[in-house]
Amino acid sequence: MATSVPTESALSIKNLTVSYHNQPVLWDIALDIPAGVMAGIVGPNGAGKSTLIKSLLGLVPSLSGEVLVHGRPYAAQRKRVGYVPQRSSVDWDFPTTALDVVTMGLYGRLGWLRRPGRKERNEAQEALEMVGMSAFANRQISQLSGGQQQRVFLARALVQQADVYFLDEPMAGVDATTERAIIDILRRLRDAGKTLIVVHHDLQTVRAYFDWLLLLNVRVIASGDADDVFKIDHLRQAYGGQIALLGDSESQIFAAPKGK
Amino acid sequence: MIAELLTNTALPIILVGAMVGIASSAVGTFLVLRGNSMLSDAISHSIVFGIVIVWLLTQQQSGPIQLVGAALTGLLTVLLTEALANTKRVKQDAAIGLVFPALFSIGVLLLNVYAHDVHIDTHTVLLGEIGFVWLDTIDLWGLPVPQALVSMSVMTLLNYGFIGLFYKELKLATFDPALAKTFGFMPTILFYGLLMLTSSTAVAAFDAVGAVLFIAFAIVPASAAYLLTDRLWMMFIIGALISIASSLSGYYLAIHLNVSIGGMMAVMTGVFLMLAFLAGPRYGVLTQLAKRRHARKAPVEPPTSP
Amino acid sequence: MQWLDLLSDYTFQNVVIGASLLGLISGPLGCFAMLRRQSLLGDALSHAALPGVCLSFIITGSRDIGGIIIGALATGSLAALTMLLLTRHSRLKTDAAIGVCLSIFFALGIVLLTYIQGTNNASQGGLEAFLFGQAAATLRSDLWIMGAITLATLALLGIFWKQAKLVTFDAEYARTLGMPTTAIEATLTAMVALAVVVGLQMVGVILMAAMIVAPAAAARQWSRHLGSMLAIAAGVGIVSGVSGATISTLSRGLATGPLIILTATAIVLISLALAPGRGLLWGAIKHYRQKEALQRQQLLYTFYKHPRAAQRYRTTFGSRRVLGKLNRQGYLARSPDDGIEWSLTPQGQAAAKRVVATFEEVAP
Repeated sequence: MATSVPTESALSIKNLTVSYHNQPVLWDIALDIPAGVMAGIVGPNGAGKSTLIKSLLGLVPSLSGEVLVHGRPYAAQRKRVGYVPQRSSVDWDFPTTALDVVTMGLYGRLGWLRRPGRKERNEAQEALEMVGMSAFANRQISQLSGGQQQRVFLARALVQQADVYFLDEPMAGVDATTERAIIDILRRLRDAGKTLIVVHHDLQTVRAYFDWLLLLNVRVIASGDADDVFKIDHLRQAYGGQIALLGDSESQIFAAPKGK
Repeated sequence: MIAELLTNTALPIILVGAMVGIASSAVGTFLVLRGNSMLSDAISHSIVFGIVIVWLLTQQQSGPIQLVGAALTGLLTVLLTEALANTKRVKQDAAIGLVFPALFSIGVLLLNVYAHDVHIDTHTVLLGEIGFVWLDTIDLWGLPVPQALVSMSVMTLLNYGFIGLFYKELKLATFDPALAKTFGFMPTILFYGLLMLTSSTAVAAFDAVGAVLFIAFAIVPASAAYLLTDRLWMMFIIGALISIASSLSGYYLAIHLNVSIGGMMAVMTGVFLMLAFLAGPRYGVLTQLAKRRHARKAPVEPPTSP
Repeated sequence: MQWLDLLSDYTFQNVVIGASLLGLISGPLGCFAMLRRQSLLGDALSHAALPGVCLSFIITGSRDIGGIIIGALATGSLAALTMLLLTRHSRLKTDAAIGVCLSIFFALGIVLLTYIQGTNNASQGGLEAFLFGQAAATLRSDLWIMGAITLATLALLGIFWKQAKLVTFDAEYARTLGMPTTAIEATLTAMVALAVVVGLQMVGVILMAAMIVAPAAAARQWSRHLGSMLAIAAGVGIVSGVSGATISTLSRGLATGPLIILTATAIVLISLALAPGRGLLWGAIKHYRQKEALQRQQLLYTFYKHPRAAQRYRTTFGSRRVLGKLNRQGYLARSPDDGIEWSLTPQGQAAAKRVVATFEEVAP
């Protein structure tokens, strides 16, 4: 096979450019994310973090670029990719239960006409168990807290049993307990050999959570092992004036507060 | 001889058509900007209810009392819609779809009951007949002026008077209601005032164009203007110009094809909207395509470093 | 009229069956329209059917129901497509796009209608029927066609249930699973256009909006699952249809369409007030109880901590009621000195102590 490389990349992007109204949102992105890492995508507001994930998944059209998942084009590898969208992207007043939302993760595998049966419901129940939500399986989704809704979304991606997971700000607007729970689950997945690609906005926790980093601001500022990327020079380059330093330790870097 | 007759009927009809457009698009502009366009649909239909109620109470089918009744009906429609939406059990568009058919139904049933002694024709209320406006004239300074032209002119003056008086306040209340509220501009009251004017305009326009076509005159020129400019005051001017152009072209096309004049005028507003949508200088689809083709030759500029 | 006579009345049978079919199709499709935040889609598509109906008349020269269906479906779809283009490729929002399509297509219909009337005078009154429906003129043959449309639509919905549900809930996610979301959304919209065709005969253009919205809005209050929501919406649609038709026939002269709509609206109001869990009445009762419990605690706390200041509480109306209640329950009594001032009874002292303890535990 010509496309396979010795140490296979989970995700390989070449020359990806996305524009909106002729303004580049992402410019000539090229990266290789190795398999089995927990990768963070970090950058200031408007850096194109969410757009990057959406264009990889074909949800946003790109001007140019090639996306390979485990060595083959994304379209052919759809079943190996799981996606956790931002919580705000759906109507939580929809008449359905937590278990039902998780079962939706299996619709792709079921194909056109087959209905989810007992087997699928059991799988969904297990996924809810994994995220600590089995007690809420039959709860109406509008009655879940923000953190619980996020866990349901995570469980929905888990049932897909994908190899590569994309998560769009899973920690946004959730309480500290949920954040810890989500990180625990993600770590377990990584330890099982899965690749996790997470859009993250909190610079304080970046070092603790991720072992691979992409620092993004329209272009790739830096990418690679977290320790190599998370350098003050890189951060200055990415965030410009938006960064404030407290103390002289690099571990105390905060993004300047900005209304979001 | 024939030419004289034609000018005698043509001018009033065209003027009334243009006036309906100018008066309606003035209030329609704010509806479009606020994302409440469908309130014009709701108001224009539920007014049937108001007309019947006012008739039952006063036996008057037109005139100032009907205008006031219409304003109150419009307000009632909006208040009911908001009350439903505020329960958080139904969304605003669903609330609109519940309220106006219910009011309209009550109006129609009341007409059913009092059918033998009422002369309100739902057909006319819904469709109007602009071709006959010159038949109904009143003497003004010795001139026979169509009554519809007088009432539409009054509504135009009222609408633009209100907008002129509260221009700054309306602008802020539309763009940022929260800030307007902190300034003490009472955005809700302003909006209710606007909607009452919308209702009165609708009733005044009924004789000429009816309920459904009123929606076209209220929303379409304003929407077209929205596609053409980024300035609020320009929206009113463009809206008025499109109304005049639609009235003129619609009239002559309708005469030529022997079809409904009001309908053709409304269709023409749609034609102008499509033109703006496709070929607008900044946001037009074809313009954008051409720009993109141009851009492909000279590709997207790389971003400047942050 | 005797019930038996009524039931065997040919026109009545037709109207009731037609109204039931309308409820059966518009309820479930209305649920999807409402959840996709397109509640007024039915309104727009029904208005947009007019030019289609006219075109079919111009082309075929007859008022054949088959032609009307195809025409209405064609222009309805064109209007839906225009709405989509306007919202996707311009700065117009959904509401403006719906309003524009609704009014312009209807205006086009009026133009075509007057064109027909100008060329031959056979179809006078056709518009009246289109605007308000003509339930009483429903024929058996119409019912077969309406039934076939309803059945086919519901079957299609059953087959693509999973897809329709996921696309409605989370279209972007559905795309990452490889579903053709645009095609599914287009199918759902086309189905609403089919429901409109059934509704034109029964309730007419203007009231069709409510036939899409009302059953769905009522059903949403009672259900936790999409499946049950659809079933209840269909039920609400049928019940409104049948009762509207019955009242209309019994009253002799009241229009069927408005009666169907008012029945559906009444069911919505009842559902909003009384549905378990979501009902406004239950919410109000709960709120009232909580408020009273809090006031009670507040009073006991104040009487315990600041007995003198507590006397001022009597002035407010709500407190006076709660005071009376505490008095009847034996927690408070008039002071023996002047018979005006209140003071805690021993039982009240104990209750107040508990309240104070919990308050100070929370906020030391």
